[in-house]
Amino acid sequence: MEPITVYRGKPAVLDRNNVDTDQIIPKQFLKRIERTGFGEFLFYNWRYKENGELREDFELNQPEAAGASILVAGENFGCGSSREHAPWSLQDYGFQIVIAPSFADIFKNNCLKNGILPIALSAENVSYLMKEAKNTDVEFTIDLPNQKVFGPADFVAEFEIHPYWKEMLVNGWDEISITLQYDEQISKYENTIDVMSTK
Amino acid sequence: MGKSIIEKIWEQHIVHQEENKPDLLYIDLHFIHEVTSPQAFEGLRMKGRKVRRPDRTFATMDHNVPTINRYFIQDEIALKQLTALETNCRDFGIELADLKSPDQGIVHVIGPEMGLTQPGMTIVCGDSHTSTHGAFGSIAFGIGTSEVEHVFATQTLWQTKPKTLKLEVNGKLQFGVTAKDVILYVIAKYGVNFGNGYIVEYCGEVFRNMSMEERMTVCNMSIEGGARAGLVSPDETTFSYLKGRKFAPKGKELEECVEKWKLLASDEDAVYDREITIDAQQISPMVSWGTNPGMASAVDGNIPVGSSDTIDEKELQRALEYMGLEEGMQITDIPVQHVFIGSCTNSRIEDLRKAAGVITGKQVHQAVRAMVVPGSQKVKKQAEEEGLDEIFKSAGFEWRDSGCSMCLGMNPDAVPAGEHCASTSNRNFEGRQGAGARTHLVSPEMAAAAALYGKFVDIRNIANQSEMQLH
Repeated sequence: MEPITVYRGKPAVLDRNNVDTDQIIPKQFLKRIERTGFGEFLFYNWRYKENGELREDFELNQPEAAGASILVAGENFGCGSSREHAPWSLQDYGFQIVIAPSFADIFKNNCLKNGILPIALSAENVSYLMKEAKNTDVEFTIDLPNQKVFGPADFVAEFEIHPYWKEMLVNGWDEISITLQYDEQISKYENTIDVMSTK
Repeated sequence: MGKSIIEKIWEQHIVHQEENKPDLLYIDLHFIHEVTSPQAFEGLRMKGRKVRRPDRTFATMDHNVPTINRYFIQDEIALKQLTALETNCRDFGIELADLKSPDQGIVHVIGPEMGLTQPGMTIVCGDSHTSTHGAFGSIAFGIGTSEVEHVFATQTLWQTKPKTLKLEVNGKLQFGVTAKDVILYVIAKYGVNFGNGYIVEYCGEVFRNMSMEERMTVCNMSIEGGARAGLVSPDETTFSYLKGRKFAPKGKELEECVEKWKLLASDEDAVYDREITIDAQQISPMVSWGTNPGMASAVDGNIPVGSSDTIDEKELQRALEYMGLEEGMQITDIPVQHVFIGSCTNSRIEDLRKAAGVITGKQVHQAVRAMVVPGSQKVKKQAEEEGLDEIFKSAGFEWRDSGCSMCLGMNPDAVPAGEHCASTSNRNFEGRQGAGARTHLVSPEMAAAAALYGKFVDIRNIANQSEMQLH
């Protein structure tokens, strides 16, 4: 996983609430057994017409959204299915940061595990950033160690992140390697519980 | 101060705890299926890691399996995914209920059915409807594929303790109102994110009086209200359901377990972070009219006009445009061309009995295509022994093999664009049942009634309490 510290990038706006993971990556693309290559299917039904042409009215198809790596979205982003294909497709498309007033729990976890930073800001701050993001050539800066988002002019907003996740992301650590260091404790715990078998 | 069942189970599963870290939580039981596991197995292989506890892991095939001619899978990519699961389970020593197994079915139907799901456990699966298993008084939640890999390798997860929410429904449900209506009512009233950051405990007379299958329907849809997990404290209903099931403890061992499980129930003076109390009499049979499960109204009501506390104007307009419906329209004026009875929410034997009760001796409306997909091969067999398949088939329903099917349309079962489907599933998202498909979430009884009339009808008006086996 690539470490994230200070990140500068171009924003794109998806001003919709309750965007579910079925929209982020529809089910017909969940049959692949790889982690890569999902970007071209991101928001498939919103992005493309039935004949495969781009839908001109979809937010990410607007000229100002080209090359964006920070997605600014409405509340409860990523609700519904637990499919990790959702963050895989966002990342493969080029998004490294998602800013929204709130996130669905499973989606948020899935982002963090893949080195995508979900940032929850107040509804006012999100709608300010949405307005600013519509200007071409605007960039936002995210300072993860100091937990701050910098926008145009003097805009600064602080955000919360669990210290555990901050450390993981800043260092780009593999979580399983860290947990395996607790092997002895896990074994000790296992000696105290009832036996079961699924066989 | 007393403790809730949520706190009790959580504390019993902490392997490691330190400041500034989530708790390292032990996972008792891990279910897997073909769609969210291949990349996790691949991750293990790349690092040369093993599955720590294959004896606490169980696999099945459900999401993309065909429900007719199930051994002739024409979708090559789906077949590749099923074959990958077979190979992975063999290589890593995991028990698999494959298409030939009598145990095969939707993962959240077969876990409880086999007695694997038990009170006090922590249970995970790479599927958001894992919350279903909370019906037994366990903490059960959906995880992503990276977490699946983490559980494979360590049998643990780093978890921040969620807040607790007590959701109490008191009184008696009206005739014709089911478990499905209760949970749809809750989500419609409090919104699709009321449970974000919480585990919900369902309390009160209504849930106490429910069967295990009804409790599973409620817990299943916790995630549609944003809660990763929802549960019911175990009681005699729970214990008697478990008795005699394949993996459940037996004889004296069961007695000992029951004594232990009884202690899990929330203490009288337990304190919660949030409490919601609802009067059961307020709840009517529900029908969803929009593009998320919170967009639902009573069957004798209307589609709202303008924004509300939980739905803003823009969302409302977008949803109605997709659904081809209008503000203020009566729910009973919505036409229905498809009926799907199935999914991890409502595909168990009681669901099929109730739906069959509505259609016995009647015919599916000529404009409707109706389908029953039992939740497991065991449910299918049981239904056939009771003659339910004949009731469905002679009424004009298709009778299929088990799987997730038209709930998410990963297999060939889908609703065509622009057509309306009365569905007993859990999600009415855009395109969920097929590109352009218009899903309406309802109970099995309401779905069966819609099949007869080609539109939504109030089950309370057509049902005669003495004739029909309704709630």
